[in-house]
Amino acid sequence: MTGLDDFPLWAAILVSLLLLLGSGLTLLGTIGLVQFKSFYERVHAPTLGTTCGAGGVLIASILFFSVLQSRLALHEVLITVFVTVTTPVTLMLLGRAAIYRDRIEGKDGMPEFDSGEPPSDGSSAAGG
Amino acid sequence: MRRVLPYPLLTASLLLMWLLLNKFSLGHLLLGAVIAYGASWAMTALQPAKPRIRRWDLIPRLFFRVLGDIFRSNLAVATIILKGKRRQRTPGFIVIPLQLRDPTGLAVLACILTATPGTAWIEYHADNGRLMIHVLDLVDEQAWIDLIRDRYARMLSEIFE
Repeated sequence: MTGLDDFPLWAAILVSLLLLLGSGLTLLGTIGLVQFKSFYERVHAPTLGTTCGAGGVLIASILFFSVLQSRLALHEVLITVFVTVTTPVTLMLLGRAAIYRDRIEGKDGMPEFDSGEPPSDGSSAAGG
Repeated sequence: MRRVLPYPLLTASLLLMWLLLNKFSLGHLLLGAVIAYGASWAMTALQPAKPRIRRWDLIPRLFFRVLGDIFRSNLAVATIILKGKRRQRTPGFIVIPLQLRDPTGLAVLACILTATPGTAWIEYHADNGRLMIHVLDLVDEQAWIDLIRDRYARMLSEIFE
């Protein structure tokens, strides 16, 4: 490839390691998604991909383009910020839908969670 | 100040975003400033709640604490997946009574809990301040409650309330 001939070795090794780490963690996350049994457990697995997985790939990208263009390329940071800020929205939607369905179906092990209860024991427990 | 710049934080973030997306130059600084200024005025039509940040000095501390926790829980969940069925796990729900009521603080807490693998925000009731989360490897329920309250919620109350 043109333009990569004078890419320093140390940076190439570091970028490859970060890419491997990031994609490896994302792969582990997807394996977990298949392996886990219930919906609520499955929700945890892809988080590997959206945090350290994405982080590894993005840091590799920042490093690669910063070294290649010899200027700081930081717009990847925005991806991290937007991923972190938007995933809770999806998670809450999915989580509430799942727990609503499971309560309606009367599935075992679903915790009761009274909404109208006054915060009597809540305030005593939160006192410390 | 309020009249000229209704949402100073938003304006600053938009300008920063513009400069990150484009190459830094005086032209882009000016253009970005104009766009950020216009956009923050457009936001006034939506009248979003304005977070008040009381303790700026705690934000970096919270940031690095969360960063460290994300790394640690990534490792923990990765080992859980790698060990597969050979390891006994007890996933479960826990209910945490929270004193934190500030909407921005709760939103940040949701981001933190979602970003750390192993904990997932499920339900929150605003009327009694109870938060239900699901934990992938629930060993000690009270330890998790204390962890989330002492490590994050208290700091968020200090920052936002």
